[in-house]
Amino acid sequence: MNAMPPLGEPASEPVATAQPASDAGPPLASGAAEPSAPLSPTRETLHYALRNPKLLIGLAVVLVLLLTGLFGPLLLDGPDPNAYSGAQAVGPSGEHWFGTTTFGQDVFAQFVYGLRATFLVGVIGGGIAAVIAMLVGFFAGYRGGVLDEVLTMLTNIVLVIPSLAVLLIVNAYLGVRSVPVQGLFIGLTSWPWAARAIRAQTFSLRTRDFVDLARLSGSRTWKIIFREIAPNMSSYLFMTFILLFGGSILIASSLDFIGLGPTDSVSLGLMLQSAQQWSALQLGLWWWFVPPGVGITAVVGALYVANVGLDEVFNPKLRES
Amino acid sequence: MRRYFARKLLVYVLTFVFAVTVNWLIPRFMPGDPVSAMISRARVSQPEAVEHMRAYYNELFGFDRPVWEQYLHFWSSLLQGDFGISIWVFPQPVSEIILGALPYTLALMIPAILLSWFVGNWLGALAARRKVLDNTVLPAGYLLTAMPYMWIAVLLAWVFGARAGWFPVSGGYSLDIEPSWSWIFFTDALHHWVLPFLSMFLVALGGWAIGMRNMIIYELEADHSSYLAALGAPQRLIRRYAFRNAVLPQITGLALQLGVLVAGALVTEIVFNYPGLGSLILAAIQNRDFFLLQGTFLFIVIGVLIANFVIDLVYVIVDPRTRTGMAGGQS
Repeated sequence: MNAMPPLGEPASEPVATAQPASDAGPPLASGAAEPSAPLSPTRETLHYALRNPKLLIGLAVVLVLLLTGLFGPLLLDGPDPNAYSGAQAVGPSGEHWFGTTTFGQDVFAQFVYGLRATFLVGVIGGGIAAVIAMLVGFFAGYRGGVLDEVLTMLTNIVLVIPSLAVLLIVNAYLGVRSVPVQGLFIGLTSWPWAARAIRAQTFSLRTRDFVDLARLSGSRTWKIIFREIAPNMSSYLFMTFILLFGGSILIASSLDFIGLGPTDSVSLGLMLQSAQQWSALQLGLWWWFVPPGVGITAVVGALYVANVGLDEVFNPKLRES
Repeated sequence: MRRYFARKLLVYVLTFVFAVTVNWLIPRFMPGDPVSAMISRARVSQPEAVEHMRAYYNELFGFDRPVWEQYLHFWSSLLQGDFGISIWVFPQPVSEIILGALPYTLALMIPAILLSWFVGNWLGALAARRKVLDNTVLPAGYLLTAMPYMWIAVLLAWVFGARAGWFPVSGGYSLDIEPSWSWIFFTDALHHWVLPFLSMFLVALGGWAIGMRNMIIYELEADHSSYLAALGAPQRLIRRYAFRNAVLPQITGLALQLGVLVAGALVTEIVFNYPGLGSLILAAIQNRDFFLLQGTFLFIVIGVLIANFVIDLVYVIVDPRTRTGMAGGQS
């Protein structure tokens, strides 16, 4: 839930990853790159990316869980994860990998479908929040002046209001809730810290020579922002998206747990909620409440670790050894 | 300094107005009709009774008057401390119910937030640039921050409550005791307080430790640290100066994290059935008691605003630059 610290470093300067290759000569024959020639920026990034254990481990965990969510449901018997499919409250076995609930629902089936909901809410919530944060951050940071004052004020206001509290009210009044709508509202409330971070980065980029040059040559504001500024902080934007993604998943799980989860599907947070509601704890049905928590923690934790790895890949100052 | 506080206060006042407006807007402009929802919850079948209830609720919300008048009326009753009447515990005013639950939430949240902040920063500062500690604190920190609050609460309740039986897993005090200012009640409440406190403390701890570690490393690489080292200052002194610089963003971070921490407290309370605001919210949602829910929302916003202001005060004390009106302390 803690989205701030990994990005909290104040002076992690945006690294130019998108600078065009300087040699204008004819392209070399493929595979004939000379060993002494300097690597192109993309190749260099890839070089460090493939040797960064944090990034690789984090991505591997996320990928395994994503594939489980995508293809797991295909291996199941029925289309309904909440079907009453077997004996009640039995532990993990060959037949029910994660055991069953007190009602005889298969926990593994719920887990697999729940992972889908988790990734979906992360993509939608994180994506919407990232788009809003970029628009607000770019324009406030680049234009400055009154627009900056107004947008910064707006950001600070939304920043102070606890987003879960707003989401509680909104979702309580929504009679029918679905995962995409949940993601939409999470995105609408969780962008402010990212907007602030992007604004600060834009602010530091806007006085650079290449931006001045673009302005002199008559480019329009939006073109300068998306052709000059955004590519030069693309790594930063990507990492912001990852943190927003993880944050959305955690907020969604809290909402589900309070009882405001999607009404039409199953999610990891809803599994925790029903385990709590039907006293899995007192009955000792640990297989009911351990898997959903492990799922959420693994996705979010792996994303955070991958993010630190990415930071090391993009930022030479942070590379150790 | 006056400018600093004036800006801050302006943001807080605007935030409060914004929050109240959102609170007023949502029931009126969300798809679906809250009045019908409340009536259907009452399960009345006689048409005359339904008509009466509809008239009553319309009167209560003031739906029959112009919109701007509804808005002004909402503000005036709010400023008089009138948050409406609860539907869940019928004739009781919402503000009374919330004030009864508030002490439990505060007793849980304030120690958990402050202690996790202090211990987390201390751990992070200790771990920075120290191989063995760093390799244990960092992964543990990431694991803890990635955990949903309610899940760590469930795990602790299961291990130390249901299995080991050391601590109770439900309620704020034993059912055979009445809340009072007695030693017996105090120890009993403390016994119930340990597990919810611990789960909040642990999740928040990880984030602070990671943040502080990163800040210290950044500070140690800064030019002023190298300069100190070149002058022959002992490593301990350099680290102490690095810590004093690194604490400032962590204070700002505390203000930024308040919303997340409050959310964590709410779900933790629900796991332990702790009689604070979280359990109230759950009851309000289950009983579709919108007045109680909206009242709790405003209380949370007010609490977060007060906490933000306290943090601003602390920042002025800690960072001399804000006092002299120089840069620092982003608005």
